[in-house]
Amino acid sequence: MPLKILVTAKRVEDPESKIRVKPDGTGIVTEGVNYKMNPFDEIAVEEALRLKEKHGGEVVVASIGTDKSQTEIRAALAMGADRGILVKHDGPLDPVVVSALLARVVADEKPDLVLLGKQSIDDDQNQVGQYLAERLGLPQGTFASKTESLESEAEQKKQPGLALSADGKAVAVVREVDGGVETLELRLPAVVTTDLRLNKPRFASLPGIMKAKKKEIREVAAASLGVDLAPRVVVRRLAEPPARKGGVKVADVAELWKKLHEEAKVL
Amino acid sequence: MKNVLIVAEHGSGTLRKATLHALAAGREIARRTGGTLHAALLGKGIGAIAQELASYGAEVRAADAPALEHLVAEGAAPVIAEIAKAVGAGYLGAAATAQGKDLLPRVAARLEAGMATDVLSFGGAGPDVTFRRPMWAGNVLAEVEITTAVKAFTVRATEFPAAAKEGAGAVVPAPVAVDPAALKTRFVEFREVKSERPDLTEARVVVAGGRGTKGDFKPVEALADELGAALGASRAAVDAGWVPNDWQVGQTGKVVAPDLYVAAGISGAIQHLAGMKGSKVIVAINKDPDAPIFQIADYGLVADLFKALPELQEKVKASR
Repeated sequence: MPLKILVTAKRVEDPESKIRVKPDGTGIVTEGVNYKMNPFDEIAVEEALRLKEKHGGEVVVASIGTDKSQTEIRAALAMGADRGILVKHDGPLDPVVVSALLARVVADEKPDLVLLGKQSIDDDQNQVGQYLAERLGLPQGTFASKTESLESEAEQKKQPGLALSADGKAVAVVREVDGGVETLELRLPAVVTTDLRLNKPRFASLPGIMKAKKKEIREVAAASLGVDLAPRVVVRRLAEPPARKGGVKVADVAELWKKLHEEAKVL
Repeated sequence: MKNVLIVAEHGSGTLRKATLHALAAGREIARRTGGTLHAALLGKGIGAIAQELASYGAEVRAADAPALEHLVAEGAAPVIAEIAKAVGAGYLGAAATAQGKDLLPRVAARLEAGMATDVLSFGGAGPDVTFRRPMWAGNVLAEVEITTAVKAFTVRATEFPAAAKEGAGAVVPAPVAVDPAALKTRFVEFREVKSERPDLTEARVVVAGGRGTKGDFKPVEALADELGAALGASRAAVDAGWVPNDWQVGQTGKVVAPDLYVAAGISGAIQHLAGMKGSKVIVAINKDPDAPIFQIADYGLVADLFKALPELQEKVKASR
C-alpha cells in the first residue's frame, strides 16, 4: 500500500554554532553562524524514506522561508525525498502562522501522513505538529520514538519506527512520555512528530546529491495562501542568560567534598 | 479575559507534582489580572484527585468519564477547550511535561490562542503579562508577548514553587462529549518504565557520565544511588549505545536544572551544556584539564572518574 508522506525541513542555526544575542536584543548575531536542516526534521525525513522504502509511495518535503531554505529542501531531496515545496516568506513566523500555512499545503497535497520534527532547535516551541493536527481534524502522535537501541540489528536493517497496519489504513506510534512508553494507533491521514531517538538519519550519497539537483522544487508565495501572516507570539526582547561565574579547581576529592558540604551546602 | 485555567495531570491515582508548580504559576497570573484560578482535571474515577486538587485553592472542573481513562490529545482537547470557554479563561496553562506539551498546543489551536512553551517566569506590568522562555536550547532568553485573546503556556516546573494548600475550592463536574468510537486515535498500551531513581527532570541531584566512562557506568550509578540522584548522560554515551535514550541531557535531550549536577567524563560540548547549565551547582570530573566543561563548572576536579567517583561516594556514605 503506497504512502504519500509530507515532511518538513526547517532551516535553523547549526546546533554546534555558538549563538550570541545582538547588543540591542532584537535578534541573534548571524555572522559566522552555519545553517542546516533542523535535526528533528532530519529524523522525520529519514523515517519518511524508510516508510517509502518498505511500502512504496512518495515523499514530498516542505519548507517555509526565503530562497535560502532551498538548501534544506535540497538536502532532503539528496537524502532521497522526491520533490519539494518552498512556501516563500521573509519575516518572523510563529507556530500559529506556520501551522496555518502547512494546513494549506496539506489540503493541496492530500498526503496520508505528515511527519514533522517535534520542535525546531531555534525557537524550541514544540507546537506546530499539534496545531496542524487540530486545524486539519487529524489524529496526532507526538514525540515518536523507539524503545530498542539504535545499535540494534533492526536499526542496521533500517526498519521504520512507525509501523503501518496490515491494511495500510493506520499507523502505530511509540511515544516517549513521562514515566514510560505509550503506543497509539492513528487512523490515516495522521500527523506524527519525531523525537531524537527514532532513527539515525542517513548521509546523502554523491549520486543522491547529483539527482537532487534535477528534482522539482515548487515555489508558493505565503501571501497567496490566504493566511493572516502576522505572528501572534511576538518576541519583544532577546537576552543572553546570566553567565556562570568562573569556577574553581579543587585538588582532590577531599577538597571537593568540603566545598560541596560546607560552601555550597548541596550535600 | 482575566481568568486562569491550569490543566492538571495525574498518574497512578495521584496528582502529578509538576501540576502544583503550574498551579503556582497560574496563581501568580490570577493575582496580577485580578481573575480567578481554575483547574481542569480529566480522567476516569478521579473524584479523590479532584478533591486534592481543590485543596490548593483552585475551582476544579472535573471531566470524569470512561472515555477519558487514557487521555489522547484528539479526545481531550475539545473537553479542555469547552472548560476554558465555560470558565472564561484568558490564560490557559499546564506543566511543560510530555503530556502538557502534547495536549496544550492542540487546545490552543482550538481556541485560536498563541502559545509560549517552557515558560521560566512572567514579565510585563500589572495585568499585561509577558512570558520569559528559553530559545536555542537555553542559550537565549526571550521575552514574548502573545497577542491573541486567549494566551496559552506551559511552565518549566523547576522554575516555579509548588502551590501551597489554601482554602479549598469547589469541584464542578464538566460535560464530556467524547465518543471514543469517533476518534481516529486509539490508545494501545502504556508500558511503565519502572525506576528506583527520581525522574531526571525533577531530581534534586543528577549524576551524569560521558565518553570518559568508556561504557562503564557502574561508578556513575553507584554514586547516584548513594545520593538518591537521577542518572544522566552525554549524547556521546547515548549514541554509543551504553545507556538508554532517555538519560540524555542536552539540547536535543532533556533539559535539567537540579541543585547539584555532577558531570563525570563529560567534555562539555555546546549541545550538552545547553541542557544542564541552569543547574545551581555544577561539578566536573574529567581527566582532561582543558575540557570545556571546566569553564562552566563551579568545582572542577582533574582526575580519573574511576578513582574519584568511588572516593566521593565514600565521603557521602561516611557523612551519614
